[in-house]
Amino acid sequence: MTETTARERGGAGALAERVRAPAISASGLRREFGERTGLHPVDLRLEAGRTLAVLGPNGSGKTTLLRVLAGLLRPSGGEVEVLGSSLPEAAWRLRGRVGYLGHRPMLYRDLSCRENLRLASRLNGLEREAAETRISSLLAAVAMNGRADDCVAELSAGMAQRVSLCQAVLHEPELLLLDEAESHLDAEARELAEGLIGPAPGRTRVLVSHDRERALDAADAVLEL
Amino acid sequence: MDAFAALLGKDLRVELRTLRSLPAMALFAVTIFVAFRFGLDRTGLEGGLAAGVLVVTLLFAAILAINRLFVAEREEGGFELIRLAPIDRTLLFAAKAAALFVYLVALELVVVPIFALFFLDSAAPLPPLVPVLLLADLGLALTGTLVSTIATMSSARDLLAPLILLPLLVPVVIAAAGAAEPVLRAGGPEYERFGTWLAVLGLYDGVFALVGYGVFDYLLDD
Repeated sequence: MTETTARERGGAGALAERVRAPAISASGLRREFGERTGLHPVDLRLEAGRTLAVLGPNGSGKTTLLRVLAGLLRPSGGEVEVLGSSLPEAAWRLRGRVGYLGHRPMLYRDLSCRENLRLASRLNGLEREAAETRISSLLAAVAMNGRADDCVAELSAGMAQRVSLCQAVLHEPELLLLDEAESHLDAEARELAEGLIGPAPGRTRVLVSHDRERALDAADAVLEL
Repeated sequence: MDAFAALLGKDLRVELRTLRSLPAMALFAVTIFVAFRFGLDRTGLEGGLAAGVLVVTLLFAAILAINRLFVAEREEGGFELIRLAPIDRTLLFAAKAAALFVYLVALELVVVPIFALFFLDSAAPLPPLVPVLLLADLGLALTGTLVSTIATMSSARDLLAPLILLPLLVPVVIAAAGAAEPVLRAGGPEYERFGTWLAVLGLYDGVFALVGYGVFDYLLDD
């Protein structure tokens, strides 16, 4: 069994950081799938407004960690608190406060990009008129306004990923959990995506990536699994 | 209510766009009617036999839609989308049951007149069949949605849904056939114990609405 702890990058300002409320704190967090261990015990603490890069080989538990932090998976053991809510007991308090981008898009293939985002906005309780404006601006930000009314089934994987990015930030979540957010994206799309999912005031991010260099550039803290 | 309308609207829009369930259900039901017509070698049915043929055909046609009810949620990330949203998850149960109810009503608008053409002497039994079929549809929709949720979480969903569903729907079949039997008698509609069977259907619907409300949230949980 291995134990993994997130470590801060750079020592300056560490004292000031400690007084901030943690967006995520975990101690001995682990997850098993029957006999198989999906996530070995992890300790981490991430202050609000900061970015954590989660790195590790395939099967090390990166996606499992993200799903636990999103409240989609119950931890098998340990303690974890996200945005002040203890999981899994108060996972319901996280709903609508987390932007999650998983391995596969959470998009209905037979709905258009706009219809998918409209559905997500209504599920998240956004006011209709404001939602329409935001959907148009998000699609424009990832250069997808020309394909807004095309069904997702007609899009390439990269285009669907752009729409997924819009969906993840649509409700302006406090915490962004991004699993390989730049997969399928070309260089131009990566630049566009950065505007949506990049650092922003008050936004806490957890990035899972295989691109070590880019992840380290973007992160304030690193968790090696 | 906006989330409920959004989820229901999504399902109906996708069905209208793709026509994956309704045409298959209608074709299946008509095929069964043809099979009964030639299998029984009868040009007319009445009473219990007519009620049985109608109710059982609708039940099996409904299973086609029930098997597909949560496919998009499972395969296209819809479950995650809903589990991350700040809504009561029971709204998904209500929206899916409502969508299935709409499919069943649409199916019956097409196939019940065909049933009458194939097997009945007149259209007189059709109006009193309306409340019977609506209450049976509600029971099918509620139980079907609940069972479909359980089956969707399994890799053997196509097998599991009918295996769990059919025993649970026996009361619906008994009550719907019991109510339809006097209505479909040869001499014209009669109403012997008609109200009692409608009450049984209503009670069944109420029980499964409460069961669905009570357990659906847990079924969606990890």
